[in-house]
Amino acid sequence: MAFPVRDPRMRRIPRLDGENTIMTRWTFGATLVVLLSACFAGAAFAGTGQPSPWQINMQTPVTEIAQFLGTLHDSVNIVITVIAAFVFLLLAIVVFRFNEKVNPVPSKTTHHTGFEIAWTLIPALILVGIAIPSFRLLTMQVQLPKADITVKAVAHQWYWSYEYTEDQGGGFAFDSYMLSPEDAVKANQPALLAVDNELVLPAGKTIVVQVVGADVIHNFAIPSFGVRMDAVPGRLNQTWFNTDREGMYYGQCSRLCGANHAYMPIAVRIVSAEKYAAWLTEAKKKFASKDVKPVALAANE
Amino acid sequence: MAQAATLNATQEGNPTGWKRWVMSTNHKDIGTMYLFFAIIAGLVGGFLSIAMRLELQEPGLQYFTNPQTYNVFVTGHGLIMVFFVVMPALIGGFGNWFVPLMIGAPDMAFPRMNNISFWLLPAALGLLIISLFVEGAPGSDGFGGGWTVYPPLATMGHPGPALDFGILSLHLAGASSILGAINFITTILNMRAPGMTMHKMPLFAWAILVTAFLLLLSLPVLAGAITMLLTDRNFGTAFFDSANGGDPILYQHLFWFFGHPEVYIMILPGFGMISHIISTFSKKPIFGYLGMAYAMVAIGAVGFIVWAHHMYTAGLALNTQRYFMFATMVIAVPTGVKIFSWIATMWGGSIRFTAPMQWAMGFIFLFTIGGVTGIVLANAGIDRNLHNTYYVVAHFHYVLSLGAVFSIFAGFYYWFPKMSGRIIPDWIGIFHFWVAFVGSNVLFFPMHFTGLSGMPRHYVDYPEAFAGWNRISSYGSYIFAAGLLIFFYGILRAYLSPVRAVNNPWGEGAKTLEWTLSSPPPHHQFDMLPRFSGSGH
Repeated sequence: MAFPVRDPRMRRIPRLDGENTIMTRWTFGATLVVLLSACFAGAAFAGTGQPSPWQINMQTPVTEIAQFLGTLHDSVNIVITVIAAFVFLLLAIVVFRFNEKVNPVPSKTTHHTGFEIAWTLIPALILVGIAIPSFRLLTMQVQLPKADITVKAVAHQWYWSYEYTEDQGGGFAFDSYMLSPEDAVKANQPALLAVDNELVLPAGKTIVVQVVGADVIHNFAIPSFGVRMDAVPGRLNQTWFNTDREGMYYGQCSRLCGANHAYMPIAVRIVSAEKYAAWLTEAKKKFASKDVKPVALAANE
Repeated sequence: MAQAATLNATQEGNPTGWKRWVMSTNHKDIGTMYLFFAIIAGLVGGFLSIAMRLELQEPGLQYFTNPQTYNVFVTGHGLIMVFFVVMPALIGGFGNWFVPLMIGAPDMAFPRMNNISFWLLPAALGLLIISLFVEGAPGSDGFGGGWTVYPPLATMGHPGPALDFGILSLHLAGASSILGAINFITTILNMRAPGMTMHKMPLFAWAILVTAFLLLLSLPVLAGAITMLLTDRNFGTAFFDSANGGDPILYQHLFWFFGHPEVYIMILPGFGMISHIISTFSKKPIFGYLGMAYAMVAIGAVGFIVWAHHMYTAGLALNTQRYFMFATMVIAVPTGVKIFSWIATMWGGSIRFTAPMQWAMGFIFLFTIGGVTGIVLANAGIDRNLHNTYYVVAHFHYVLSLGAVFSIFAGFYYWFPKMSGRIIPDWIGIFHFWVAFVGSNVLFFPMHFTGLSGMPRHYVDYPEAFAGWNRISSYGSYIFAAGLLIFFYGILRAYLSPVRAVNNPWGEGAKTLEWTLSSPPPHHQFDMLPRFSGSGH
C-alpha cells in the first residue's frame, strides 16, 4: 500500500479519550457524551467501498482527498460536539441554579459588553480555524491534476454508461445497470449496489471522470473516494480521484432523477495495471458492438 | 370611551356566523384561520411523512409499488410543510395575531388585503392537492421532482399537467405571502403605539419585520423562476433547456436565491417568539436586546448572499465555491449571538418551567444541534461527501422540524390562553413536549449516521446496510405522531373545561402589550392608543 489508509478503529480511540476528559470535568453535561460514547463503542466499523450495518461515520477513505475529507470532518465534528455540549451544559446550569425555587429574585442584568464581544469573536475565530484547512481541501478537489486516464460517465434514466477513449487504449463504451437483488446475491455482492458492468480502472493512476447527464440531472458519487459530481445535461463536469487500493467501491445516484432514482448505483472496480490492460483487451471485444458516441452536449445537437 | 364604543359599533360591528370568517378583516380572526389552516395542512403533510417512514422502515418496497409515488409523497411533504404549515402558522397565524397587539395597533394596516392574503392559501393548497391526482411523470400521478422542482426533471421528466397545478399553487401561495409581507412592513413601520420607537419594539415584531422583507425580496425571484419553468413546459421557451441554449443551473441559482432566504423566513419568527417566552418565564428582560434585533437583521441580510452553498456539487468554479463557503460560515456568528443571548437571558433569572418554557429550551438545544451540523455542511470540501445524503435531511429537520415546529408549539402553548381565553393544563403541554422531544430525536438523530455512511436522499429503497438506523428513525416518527394526540387532547380539554384565562396568566415576566388586554382580546382593541412608556433596553 503506497500511502497509509486509516484504520477506522485507530481513529476512534483518541476521540473517546477526548470525550472522557470532558466527562470528568463536567459531570452533568457528560450524560449526553456518555450516550454518544456508548454509541461509538457499540457501533459497527465503517465499510470499505460500501456502507456497513449500524455504521455511524463515513466509509473508509481510499483516496488522499477522501482521507483529508474524513479527517477534517472528524475534527469539525469534535468542535461542534464540544459546542453543543457546552450549550447543553449552560442550559443544565440554568435549570439547576436559576429556577424559581433556588433563585426567587431575578437579576436585572441585561447587558455585558465583554460577553457580547466574546461570543461574537470566539465563534468567528473558530470558524476561521475551520476554514483554513477546509479551503485547502476544496482546492484539492476542484483543481484537476494532470490526468493519466480520462473516462466519461453518462447518466441516463436509470443507468450509467461509461466511455473509454481510443487514445488511452479504449475506444468502447458500455452501459451499467443495477443487478437485481437476486443476481447480486448470486454474485456475492451487496444488493442495490452491484451492477452488471463495472467501471474498471487501474490503481495508482490519476483518473479524471467527465460527468454528464443525458436526460435529467443525476449525480455521480463514490463516498470512499470523496467524489460527488452532478451529471447535468449540456454541461461537462469533471472530477478526479487516485487510489492505490484495489477493490470494489460503490456509490449511488445522488440527485433525484425520477422513479428509479434508487436503482442506478455506481460500481467501480480498481485493479492492478496489468489486470487493467488485460481487461481493456477483453472489454474491447466484449463491447465492440456499441459505438462511442459523442456526449449529447447542446452544441452537438 | 363612549366615543370609542360608538366607533366600534358603526365601523365593523361584531359580524357573526360565516361572515365573521369568510369576510373577515380582523387580524385576530384571520390569525386564527391561519393557525387552523396550518394545523389541517400539517396533518396532511404529517400523513405523507408517516407513509414515507412506514416505507423506509424496512429495505425493499413495502407500500409504494410504484417508486414514483414515493417521490410524489416526498415532494408533497416538503411543499406542504414549508408553504402551508410553517409559514402560515408563524407569519400568518402568530404574526397576524400578535404583531398588532404587541405594537399597540388596532389592526393590520390593510385589513382587506389581509383577508385576501389568507383566502389565497386554501386555493393554493387545493391546487397542490389536485396536482397529486393528475398525471405527472408518464404513467403516474403527481409531481415527484422534490420541492426544489429542478429542471429538466421538472420539464421533460414530468410531461403531464401535475406540475402546472403545482406552479400555479406556488404562485398563489407566493402572492399571498407578498401581500402579507407588504401588510406587515406597513403596519410595523407606521402603526406602532406613540412612544414605541423601533429600538423599543418587541423582538417578535422585529422578527416579523425582517421576515417580511425577506419575503418581499425573495418571492418575486421564485415567481420568476417558476414562470420561466411554466413557459419552458408549455410554450416552447428554453430558459433551462440546454439542448436549445438554456441552462438548468440558471434555475438552481434562481431557486436558491429564493430558497435560502426562505429557510430564514421559516425560522426568524420562531426566534422572536422564543425571545419573549424565555424572557417571560425567566422574569428578566431579554439580554442584549439591540444585539438580538440586529443579529436577525444580519442573518436576513447575509441570508441573501449564500444561496449557492446548496449547489456545491453542481460543478461551480473553485472561486465561486470558496466565496459561498466563506459567506455561509459568517451566518454562524449572528446565530451564535442569539443562542448565547437567550442563555444569558435565563442566566440569573428566576425560571418557571411551564410548557412553553420547556418547548423554548428544547428549541434552543435542538436548534443548536441543527446549527452546528450546518457548519459542517458549509464546508464545500466536507459537503462533497454529504450533499444530498441523509445528513442534510437530519440537518434541516433539526432546524425546521425541531426548530421552527418546536417554536410553533412553544408559541401555541404560550399564547393559547390569550387567543382563546381558555387554559390548556400545563402538564399536557409538558407531556407533549417530552414525547415530541424523544420522538423527534429518535427520528432525526440516526439520519446523521445514515447520511455519513452515504445514504442518499429521496430513496424509496436502500441497501441492507442502512436498515438498522432507518428502522429506529421510523419508530421515532411514530412517537412524534403520538405526541400530536396529546396536543389535540389538550385543546379539547381547554374547550371542555369551564376554567377561563385571566389577562395575564404568566405573571410579572410577561411585559408585552398583549398581556394588558383581556383574554381573548376584544374584537377591536386599542380604541384609545396605548402610550408606550416601556424603558429602553
